[in-house]
Amino acid sequence: MGRYVIRRLLQMIPVFFGATLLIFLMVNVMGDPVAGLCGDRKCDPATAAQLKKEFGLDKPVWQQYATYMGNVFTGDFGTAFNGQKVTELMSTAFPLTIRLTLVAIVFEIVIGISLGVVTGLRRGRPVDTVVLLLTLVVIAIPTFVTGLLLQLLLGVEWGVMKPSVSSEAPVNELIVPGLVLASVSLAYVTRLTRTSIAENRRADYVRTAIAKGLPRRRVITRHLLRNSLIPVVTFIGTDIGALMGGAIVTERIFNIHGVGFQLYQGILRQSTQTVVGFVTVLVLVFLVANLIVDLLYAVLDPRIRYA
Amino acid sequence: MRGATHAKWAACAVTVALAATACGGGGGNGGGGDGSGIVGSSWGDPQNPLEPANTNEVQGGKVLDMLFRGLVRYDPKTGEAKNMVAEKIDTKDSQSFTVKIKDGWKFSNGEKVTAKSFVDAWNYGAHLKNNQKNAYFFGYIEGYDKVHPEKGDASAETLSGLKVVDDTTFTVKLTQKFSTWPKTLGYPAFAPLPKAFYDDHDAWLAKPVGNGPYTVDSYAKGSKMSLRKWDGYSGADKAQNGGVDLKVYTDNNTAYTDLMAGNLDLVDDVPASQLKNAKSDLGDRYINTPAGIIQTLAFPFYDSKWSKSGMEKVRQGLSMAINRDQITDTIFQKTRTPATDWTSPVLGEAGGYKEGLCGDACKYDAGQAKKLISDGGGIPGGTLKITYNADTGSHKEWVDAVCNSINKALGNDKSCVGSPVGTFADFRSKASQQKLDGAWRAGWQMDYPLIQNFLQPLYYTDAPSNDGKWSDKKFDELVDKANAETDTAKAVSTFQDAEKVLAEQMAVIPLWYQNGSAGYSDRISDVALNQFSVPVYNEIKVS
Repeated sequence: MGRYVIRRLLQMIPVFFGATLLIFLMVNVMGDPVAGLCGDRKCDPATAAQLKKEFGLDKPVWQQYATYMGNVFTGDFGTAFNGQKVTELMSTAFPLTIRLTLVAIVFEIVIGISLGVVTGLRRGRPVDTVVLLLTLVVIAIPTFVTGLLLQLLLGVEWGVMKPSVSSEAPVNELIVPGLVLASVSLAYVTRLTRTSIAENRRADYVRTAIAKGLPRRRVITRHLLRNSLIPVVTFIGTDIGALMGGAIVTERIFNIHGVGFQLYQGILRQSTQTVVGFVTVLVLVFLVANLIVDLLYAVLDPRIRYA
Repeated sequence: MRGATHAKWAACAVTVALAATACGGGGGNGGGGDGSGIVGSSWGDPQNPLEPANTNEVQGGKVLDMLFRGLVRYDPKTGEAKNMVAEKIDTKDSQSFTVKIKDGWKFSNGEKVTAKSFVDAWNYGAHLKNNQKNAYFFGYIEGYDKVHPEKGDASAETLSGLKVVDDTTFTVKLTQKFSTWPKTLGYPAFAPLPKAFYDDHDAWLAKPVGNGPYTVDSYAKGSKMSLRKWDGYSGADKAQNGGVDLKVYTDNNTAYTDLMAGNLDLVDDVPASQLKNAKSDLGDRYINTPAGIIQTLAFPFYDSKWSKSGMEKVRQGLSMAINRDQITDTIFQKTRTPATDWTSPVLGEAGGYKEGLCGDACKYDAGQAKKLISDGGGIPGGTLKITYNADTGSHKEWVDAVCNSINKALGNDKSCVGSPVGTFADFRSKASQQKLDGAWRAGWQMDYPLIQNFLQPLYYTDAPSNDGKWSDKKFDELVDKANAETDTAKAVSTFQDAEKVLAEQMAVIPLWYQNGSAGYSDRISDVALNQFSVPVYNEIKVS
């Protein structure tokens, strides 16, 4: 298994370079970023040339990419157009988004899996039908609708919470945004768990476990749930990256200055350094999350071996 | 215990991989104490570092207006340029000026404001190596071509036209006659800077120090700036509140929601989607006043199809085919006013605004429009393409409406189409490099309330913002004549003569004047927007 892990880590290298190169090219295709810095007027040519030199935009793209990657390995992600270091932006944005993502994941795991187990064990009963209908509704409604609606109801009409998250973003202010962010994935987790549980309930090893006279609780948690979790874990693992990158909508609605917000601003202002820097880190998060998922399989199901 | 070994391996791999992604802990940001008399206001992340000569958009300008006082300041109500730090600005020939500043002004770190504070700041702003985006504001001063050449390196360190005479006096020599030049000095780029700015630039940027009514208490970049009233302020316009907390919002809709929920006192940019409700939500706490912004349709005169003679009829015809009243009513909820000249109502009659200068060409008349366009030889290529950036400002809605209006007037639904460009930066780079064909949306936010600012930078031959490369000898001559005029009233009327050339040629189609819109809570009063649609923070009272 040690070999397997090393091989996986090595495989990350080409994926990492490929992904960052693609992003780099895409941002560069969008045209000249300096032109947007001067508002509705033309930048004076001397200043524009000077700025391009400072941001290294006067060189050919491949050279820009090479210098950029060289700098990244020394921990220098460059400077955004407003003069802030990209690492400085990251150090304020990532903790917020990670916190928000954790809240969302906890919701997915706790609520999603519990609902899935309950409905999976009671397939066809009223509880099952109600939860299925609810998840269908959640999946059907776009996140921004849920977000704006909750914000309006809880924040303005009933005054239960503040409509926007303060700049410190403590966890209690992140509960509603986290729930909104998690909502769609939560519905999927419920449905995945339900199907998986319902299927495995009739498996031989479950029957054996029951026949051995094990207590119901142990049968469900140790035997049934553990094996049924494999597709769910896959989903949640890949969802970590998706949640971090896809938080743009939720972060905008609740005024969270996290990764989504910085990426959005970076794209609007065509700040190559910001966009590529943030995406680079997100790519790493995706890769690591996928690795963890793959390794967790063996923990859940000892029959799975790595070669 | 197979599972356990696996778990251990998994944990190891995670640690290794996570070490690669680790990116340092977040720095805490000091939340300002919730003292009484503090105004909470919405803010947008400034696009550029906060330096006077480097700030060219409203969000950064907002802060500079609280932190700095320049030689003159525009009266927030009338727009008139009044002496602030300047005692007097004299000239005999409209080209050499002697500036005498008042004694007793200080920066909030205790430094005195002297003639040198201005001269050094202007030299810094003009110098090429400092990358200041507003450097061209110093372009009228003698020696600018040496410190800021169009190509190559600077051959001088300072502007030869600036001379310090004594502690409170300095002289300025311009390269051309420019009678209204002293009135341009209210622009933030002309603010004085303390020594601390040059000594430790990074520290200054982290916590700017100025000579205005407020000081920076704390600044968490990208999220919040707390400004507090400065008791040592030397000017007459002292802050009427304890301070202002500027809070960056990811979306102005959220800011509006926060205002509704009582979490925020002031929103100075009511989102388009809320304009319909703002009146009923806020009553007389909703402000909708004209700002010095005009929106226009520009044309590519570098393309011979658009610059040949007879095309002025087509442009006039297109202008007549646009139903401005209907569009400003339905799409903008009256936060725009149909334009009838090329300036802005905030200038006032005396300042050069003249209602109706555009004449019939700016009135909707479908029949006449159709006739003029066919007289002029029709739209080049048969279809008018209007290019706009789709990322901000809900441009799509009004461009579609303008096209609809033109198509209806001409009875042909292929006469006009909108052509979106992804980002503002891309749009601007295409426009400034003359890569657009057909028409495009253009806009101008004034730098200072002068008619000169609405004409010269935009339509003078090869002027910096003349993206369409329109050129007219008569217009240029009139602008030169107006600039040389020592009598302000005469200068203004000569500028208006130049504007009449614009009307004859229809160099760009004026669409509408933009208003500033704001909403505020019942906790604060005396809220007003100035001509730049920035709230006059120092006058706000907190109950």
